[in-house]
Order: sequence, then C-alpha cells, then structure tokens
Amino acid sequence: MRWELDLFPERASTVAGEVDALYLALCLVSGLFAVLIAVLIVVFAIKYRRRSEADLPRPVSGSLGLEITWTVIPLVIALAFFAWGSSLYFTLTEVPRDALEVVVVAKRWMWKFQHLEGRREINELHVPVGRPIRLTMASEDVIHSFFVPAFRIKRDVVPGRTSITWFEATRPGRYRLFCAEYCGARHSGMVGWIVAMAPADWARWLRAEVAGESLAQRGAKIFVQHGCASCHRGGPSQRGPALEGLFGRRVRLEGGGTVLADEQYLRESIESPGARIVAGYSLLMPAYRGLVSQEELLDLIAYLRSLGPAGPGTEAR
Amino acid sequence: MSAESYLASPRGVRSWLLTTDHKRIAILYLVSVTLFFFLGSAFAVAIRLELLTPAGDAVQADTYGRLFTMHGVVMIFFFLIPAIPTVLGNFLVPMMIGARDLAFPRLNLLSWYVYVLGASISLWAIVHGGVDTGWTFYTPFSTTYSNGAVVTTGIGVFITGFSSILTGLNFIVTIHRMRAPGLGWYRLPLFIWAHYATSLMMVLGTPVIAMTLLLVVAERALGLGIFDPARGGDPILFQHLFWFYSHPAVYIMVLPAMGVISELVTAFAKKNIFGYRFVAWASIAIAVLGFFVWGHHMFVSGQSAYAGMVFSALSFLVAVPSAIKVFNWTATLYRGSVSFRTPMLYAFGFIGLFTIGGLTGLFLSALGLDVHVHDTYFVVAHFHYIMVGGTIMAFLGGLHYWWPKISGSSYPEGWARFSALVIFVGFNLTFFPQFLLGYLGMPRRYHAYPPELQVLNVMSSAGASILGVGYLIPMVYLFWSMRYGARVAANPWGASGLEWTTPSPPPTCNFETTPVVTQDPYTYSSEEAQVVG
Repeated sequence: MRWELDLFPERASTVAGEVDALYLALCLVSGLFAVLIAVLIVVFAIKYRRRSEADLPRPVSGSLGLEITWTVIPLVIALAFFAWGSSLYFTLTEVPRDALEVVVVAKRWMWKFQHLEGRREINELHVPVGRPIRLTMASEDVIHSFFVPAFRIKRDVVPGRTSITWFEATRPGRYRLFCAEYCGARHSGMVGWIVAMAPADWARWLRAEVAGESLAQRGAKIFVQHGCASCHRGGPSQRGPALEGLFGRRVRLEGGGTVLADEQYLRESIESPGARIVAGYSLLMPAYRGLVSQEELLDLIAYLRSLGPAGPGTEAR
Repeated sequence: MSAESYLASPRGVRSWLLTTDHKRIAILYLVSVTLFFFLGSAFAVAIRLELLTPAGDAVQADTYGRLFTMHGVVMIFFFLIPAIPTVLGNFLVPMMIGARDLAFPRLNLLSWYVYVLGASISLWAIVHGGVDTGWTFYTPFSTTYSNGAVVTTGIGVFITGFSSILTGLNFIVTIHRMRAPGLGWYRLPLFIWAHYATSLMMVLGTPVIAMTLLLVVAERALGLGIFDPARGGDPILFQHLFWFYSHPAVYIMVLPAMGVISELVTAFAKKNIFGYRFVAWASIAIAVLGFFVWGHHMFVSGQSAYAGMVFSALSFLVAVPSAIKVFNWTATLYRGSVSFRTPMLYAFGFIGLFTIGGLTGLFLSALGLDVHVHDTYFVVAHFHYIMVGGTIMAFLGGLHYWWPKISGSSYPEGWARFSALVIFVGFNLTFFPQFLLGYLGMPRRYHAYPPELQVLNVMSSAGASILGVGYLIPMVYLFWSMRYGARVAANPWGASGLEWTTPSPPPTCNFETTPVVTQDPYTYSSEEAQVVG
C-alpha cells in the first residue's frame, strides 16, 4: 500500500489553477459557515444545558432582523459563487481559435484518438504543451465521459452527438485519463494517459510513424465510396448542396430559419438528412444512420472542414 | 386506562396484516424498511471490501456493477424515500393533529401492500441476475447494452412509486381535513409542514419517474426508439425525465428529516422554535425550488451553457431555505434548557452533517467546478452526507424520540448514546475521505482504481465497518427494549405536542376525546415570549 495523501491532483492545464481557486474559495467560505454553526451549537448547548428537570426557559419570539440577515447574506454569497462558477464554465467550454484538432472515438472499453495528420492511438494521446487541443468526440455505443483530473476537464461523449471539449497542457508529463460515466463491466478499465510533450518532441513523435493518410484524405475516400460525390460534387449531376466552404457558415433552411453548419449539423445531415433541409433542396438523400461508423463519420466531417474556408482550428496545409 | 393499546388488541397475525390502523401500518413499514436497510447495507459492505485494494480482486467487475446498482436501488427506493414518511409520518401525522387515523385508512394499508409487491418484484430481479445499470438507469446502456434484469427492476420500482403517491395523497387530505378544532396551519408542528411539503412532491414527481421507467421498459422490451440514438431516440431526454423526479426525490428524503429535527430540537431545548413561519415556509420553498434544479446533473452532458446557468442559479437558491432552517434550529438553542439525551445527539449530528452536505452542494452547483467533480467520489460523499448524515440520522433520532410512544417502553440510554457516537464517528471516517478522493479525480462506480488513491479508500472502508457496528447496536437494544425495557408514561420527555397527551402506547383510537388546541406549538412556558435581536 502506498502511503501517499495528496489533497489536489496535479495542476497541468491552463484552467487547473482557476478551478482550484474557486474550489479553495468555496472550501474557505463553507468552512467558515460550518465552524460558525458548530461553535454556536456547542456554545449554546453547554451554556444553556439543562441544569434541572424543572428548568423552564422563557420562550423567545423570532427576530425578523435576524431572519433577514441570515437569508440575505447566504443569498448574496450564493449568487457571487454562481457568477464565478458560470464565468469559469465559459472559459472551460469556449474553445480557443488556434486549437489543434484531435478526433476521439469512445467505445466499450477504449479511447481511440486520431490526429489530423492521420496518426492514430489507443488509450494514449500525445499532445504538445502550450497549445490548445480541441477534441471532437463521438461514441460508438453508450455514454462515456472524457475526464482528465490533472486538467480539470470532463465532457460526456453521448452517442448520436458530437461532443466538443478542449484543454491546453502546461507541463510535459503523463496524466491519467478516466471514463467518468458508467459504461458497463469494464468501466474502470476504460482509462488511459494523456502524454504532454514539449512541442519539438511532439513534432518528432508525430512524424516518427508513417501516418499514411490524413483524416481529411480518408474522409475524401469515404466520400467517394459511399457515393456522396455523385450528388454533392459540382457538375451536371449535382443534386445536393455544394459543400465547398460550407463548414462554419450559416446556411438557410427550407421552411425558414438558418443553422450554423458545424459538426453537429453535418452529423445530423449525414445520419438523418430529413431533419433540417437546406433551402432550395428537397429530401432525396437516404439516411446514413448505421451505414457509416462513428470513425467514418468523423473522417467525413474532417474532410468537409478541409473544404471550408476558416473553421476554428483548421490547419492550412 | 379504559381502551387497550393498539399493540395489545386485536391479537393475531391476521389482525396485523389486515389492519387499517395507521400505527400498525407504521410498524409494518418499520419492519419492511428495516429489512431493506440491512439488505442495502450488505451491498455496501461488499463494495467497501472491494475498494480496500486498488485492484479489482474481491469480486468480478460484472458483480461489482450489480452491487453498487442494487445498493442504490434498495437504499433509495425501498428505504430512504419511504423511511420517515411511512414509519414516523404514518404513526405521527394523525396523532400530531389530533385525528383518529389518516383520511383513507384502507388506502394506507393498500399502499403498504403495493410497496411490498414492488419491493418483492425488485428482490426477485436481484436474485435472478441482478441489475448493472446504476440506480440511475442511464440510456442507452440500460435499454440496449445492459445484461441485467432491467425490465423487472424497473417494473418493481414503478409499482413502488404508487405506494409513495398513495401515501402522499393520504397525508395531504388528512392534513387539510382532519385537524383538531383550534389547530390552524400556523399551530401545526413543523413535522406536519415538512410532511405536507414532501407529500406534494411525492404526488407531483412520482408519476414522472413512473412514466420514464415505463419508457425504458418499452424501449428495452419492445424495441421502441425513445432514448437510444441508434433507433432515433435521445439519451439526454432520459436524463431530463429521470432527474425531474430524482432530484426532487432527494428533497422527498430530506424534508421529512428536517421535520423530525424541528421536533427534536424544540423538545430537548424545552423551547418554542425560533422563526416558526420561516422554518415552515422554508419547507414549501424547498419543495417548489427543488423541482427546478434537475439540470444540474447534466452540466457536462452537452446541455446548453445558458440552460446550465439557469439550473446553476436555481441550485444556489435552493440552498438558502436550507440555510434558514439550520440557523433557526441553532437559534432555538439560545436561552433554552438543552438536554443531551440520545435523540438530541442525533439532532446535533444531523445539523452538523447536513450542513456539510448542503455546503458541498454549492461546489456542485458552481458550473465551472462541477465539471471537475461531477461523477467523482466528491458527489458520492456529498449525497451520502445528505442522505445518510441527514435522513438516517434524523430517522434514528426520531425513532428514539418516539420509541417510548410507539412501543410503550424505554430504551437503554447509555447504549443509545454510545451508538449515536459510534455512528457519527464511523460516518465521518467513511465519507469525509471521499470528498478528497473525488477532488483527486476518482470516478464513481470504479471497480479498480489507481494505487495512489488507496490510503483514502482504506480509511473509508475502515469507517464503514465502524458505521456498520453503530447501526447494529440500536437494532439489538430496540428489540430488547420491547420485552425488557421499562414501561413509560404518556409523556416521558415532558414534550409538547398532541401525541404526548395520550397513553404510551396509544389506544387504537388515539384519543379518547378529540383534543381542542388553544395554543401555538412548542409552548413549554406560559410566560410571554422574549424579544431578541
């Protein structure tokens, strides 16, 4: 048995310190309240202890002043922490523009990672420090949750959706990755490591293995294999909307309204194209739900992104 | 006394199984929920044994999934939710308002049978394969991937829900229609206010979990696509429906506990409660706000950030009425005559542990912080402080306080104080380390864990063994006292409250003549109230 007793996990991301600050502030305020209550109870209980069974204390009528005090003070403190927690949440969920893209597929019971350049990993993800990493995640079966305590981030990976999260490691090292949403018998085996490396080391690592195709190249092949090209590529046979420059743009919908063509919308349009149709088109496309795997889907999305002008994190190459 | 006690007559098993006396039904419930408490505890023992070592070695991974699921299902649906309302509530709601029974005595008996039926079906599921979904039944795991007896368990819980609805309905009607002459709303004991608020939640919330479980059964057994995205469903929809009941369920568990504490604190400080109307309305405020915080279980599920903010704000707000109660209980001690009898020790324990449980709830309501601690042992520790530190402490405190009334005998005070202390120490040793584990990042429902987390896990398991002993002692001496305990008078504590004006144990009709209420609750002294602050 290892006799270690840490109170904090390592702090290895840009947000870890901010999360810890909120945690410590809440510990402090909660501690003060708990001690206040404990001291009052102990003092009152001893000072006013029953000295004889005949004791009959005089009743005390309540006090509106006190009631207002102990309603308003906790209320104000609670709202302050609400504001602090919410603003931190936006920091945790808003992906910086220059983020590096990594695609994640979760399945019982492993984590599969694909770098944009094509290198694939299982249960281990190598990333450079000092660079935000944007994770585009999908699940092949049940709900999983991507959790790296040292980075203070967690995001459920919900089947049928594309889940996005990000982090920026600050120190090279190996950090534990957990699945945090119960996913069956080997849930506690669905763990891995995030390996944060100095940027130069990482670049070397990335090139060490002949990666073959990039995500977008694989996506382009799938695009042809599944026959997408026959309707979505220019020329006389074009029956579907053109896809060049689509990603990250707002598109008008049949029946009014617009939608941002992001991962979520592209996934929906592939899996169940009838859900929201682009203005000027009708539903000719079959639903690809179940016909493309989650990995193929993410490859396709990577390909569509590569056609687009300026999605966040798009790499010029 | 002219009338015989409810325990003495009529005699025979048949007279118990067909009784419509609320007091006897309370005893039937006491026996049933106690059985389920010890069953649920047995699962907890196995869980803590497994977690003694980092490797998953004591039981198989598959078994472990079943253990924590059944621990949760049994404790929540068959112990914590019914415990206080069906035992203490059933016994005391009519007595505290000067009534001879609940409004619908036969419905009351029916609700016990419905409970037994639902619980038996779930027990059958446990014996035949068990369930491995977690008590939360998250989809699509529960509907498509689980190999456990999800349908049977779901049906068992579904049926048990009706028992809750019937009890809630019975209390609401009883409290509205059967109060003794002179017993206005603001003269009701706070125990009644708390049970009224709880009943509202039971009646309004339980149907939603019933529908949700039926939909799970429909998807799993009939293949309807409701929650499984592979069939066009939405798994997050399940979470909304599930937590719409299951978050209020936490308040269903803790509001009656708060009602008990208000009775204990006043009786053992021999004083009127501080801020009666604030404590009373805080119960209603908790019941109302409690229905609008469910989304705080989904801060990392991908729900919109703005929805998250609304749920976060409301979750912070619901802390305020809880704080009001804690402050008022504390202030009640001021210039009181504080006795350290066993029920009061439990009340002190409740206030301390509930305060910690409530305050750590703020950590989970804070969006940016919840991202890190969500689904870790921090959450496990938090809700055990509320449910075990809160509800079970209050249940035991209430059981000791009203035991002389229920059984007509007194329990051994020395043993009782000793076990209250053992429970307090054991509880904290079990669950406090889990806050630290959670912040360190140990996810819940892990069969095996990283070796650097072992020390805290060993502490927790050690605490659990102390806690277990603490729970067994009262079990033994309460049984013992029924036969060997000294007989007690009508009002051994010198407490106010109508239930103490009738013999212990009470006659079947509760009151020979209907009492007439002429004063406020918790009136111990005829002196005029002193103004403070």
